[in-house]
Amino acid sequence: MFGIAMLGWILGTVLLKGAAAINWEFFTELPAPPGLPGGGLANAILGTLYITFLAVLIGVPTGLAAGIWLAEFGKDSKLAESVRFGANLLMGTPSIIIGVFVFVLIVMTTGHFSGLAGSVALALIMLPVIARTTEDMLVLVPSSLREAALALGVPRWKATLGVVFRAARTGLLTGILLAVARVSGETAPLLFTALNSPYWPSSINEPTANLTVTIYNYAMSPYDDWQTLAWGASLLIAVSVLGTNILTRTILWYRSR
Amino acid sequence: MQVATIIKREFADGVSIPAVDRKHLLADETIKIATKGLNFYYDEQQALFDNTIEIATNRVTAIIGPSGCGKSTHLRTYNRIFELYRGQKVDGDVLLDGENIFASDRDPLELRRKIGMIFQKPTPFPMSVFDNVAYGLKQHYQVNKRELAERVEQALRQAALWDEVKDKLNKPGTALSGGQQQRLCIARAIAIEPEVLLMDEPTSAIDPVATARIEELINDLKERYTIVIVTHNMQQAARISDYTAFFYQGKIVEFDQTDRLFTNPANKQTEDYITGRFG
Repeated sequence: MFGIAMLGWILGTVLLKGAAAINWEFFTELPAPPGLPGGGLANAILGTLYITFLAVLIGVPTGLAAGIWLAEFGKDSKLAESVRFGANLLMGTPSIIIGVFVFVLIVMTTGHFSGLAGSVALALIMLPVIARTTEDMLVLVPSSLREAALALGVPRWKATLGVVFRAARTGLLTGILLAVARVSGETAPLLFTALNSPYWPSSINEPTANLTVTIYNYAMSPYDDWQTLAWGASLLIAVSVLGTNILTRTILWYRSR
Repeated sequence: MQVATIIKREFADGVSIPAVDRKHLLADETIKIATKGLNFYYDEQQALFDNTIEIATNRVTAIIGPSGCGKSTHLRTYNRIFELYRGQKVDGDVLLDGENIFASDRDPLELRRKIGMIFQKPTPFPMSVFDNVAYGLKQHYQVNKRELAERVEQALRQAALWDEVKDKLNKPGTALSGGQQQRLCIARAIAIEPEVLLMDEPTSAIDPVATARIEELINDLKERYTIVIVTHNMQQAARISDYTAFFYQGKIVEFDQTDRLFTNPANKQTEDYITGRFG
């Protein structure tokens, strides 16, 4: 009850304060210097979209592959136990540490902040979540289905992708969507990697504007109009995360009927 | 008790049981599968002991016995499906047409093309009725679309399912009834033109009417395939099989013509089992 009340309070505040910032310019224009009228967060919206998209591109296939290996091939071998343990640790690692890790790994070696580094950091956060949900979902597929596919003389990998994967597809999609929802609100790892930028994102090798770091910067600025934009960005993120979760639930609900 | 009495009476009604020398049981048959000194282990636990049996071509061979006696385990060696699990090991030989299926150069995929399997619970794949049947076909044969459609239809007809599903080929296989699903699995298995069909209690999860249909089907199918069926149901074994093996505690206690095994078992344990004294 208390939790729901708090959630309502937070969402209500974000909605009230954020709604004031949402207008056409918010989605189409670059940020304006403080004090000047107009200006939006179009670059940050675009940047977040493409950092997340790139993170999905990196994180989802690797996470799925790891999950498949754990469920179908590694099973209860020593190596699989270690991988599982590692995935759990990685899941529990504070995201800021992942950010610092990628900072050292990519930002320091290349010499500049970049959207790519941001995507790698987010992918690292997604990876264990997707790997473990994939494993859980594949383990739920009855072994008789696997046997039935193999009994037709189909090679193992084909049976896994063609039958087992298909049987678990709703669960897999859910896991991916939840992982995406989770990283789309991450700030700390982006602070160390993608940083931020007042310009349009134009290359994956340069600092890239994104919503969460923008919120971090603008919310702490002394300027009223920037603070309003930060509220707007918060609302946008809250709505998209909520939307993703609702979408996931709807898919599950449709499937269970 | 009742089972044996009923069967005895059925056979007493004019059905003559030919006097065949038990030692030359399969003398007039072609042997499809032969196991020799087959032992099976789940990790350290031995589940099959020195199983030696011959399966006759184009006959239905039933494997009966109480739960946990190794019936399914035995069946699962024929297509090497047990190899999916770590810790399951076999020693001894299984010969298919005289060639050892465990030979190191033997391709398990090709072996499974020749030996189809039907499971206890129907296992339709999460795809359409058509794709269920086409799935194995596409793996083993290079066929164009039209040939594929023809072969799928043919397999469904053979499985006595075509008339019921011809209008819902694009519906998911899981939407069919339990009995239809099991026949779909049979269609899927025969679509790749195997030589042997292994059935692991194929009707135990299905209602009596659907069971009767599948038994009829098995009777039709034995003209083209060699069938080995594991069953819990002794009447079923008596109804559909030509030969029956009685398994107990991982050993083959008795193997004989079905009618003789049920009416005149040579072994005390077999008699106790078929008369319902245990199991």
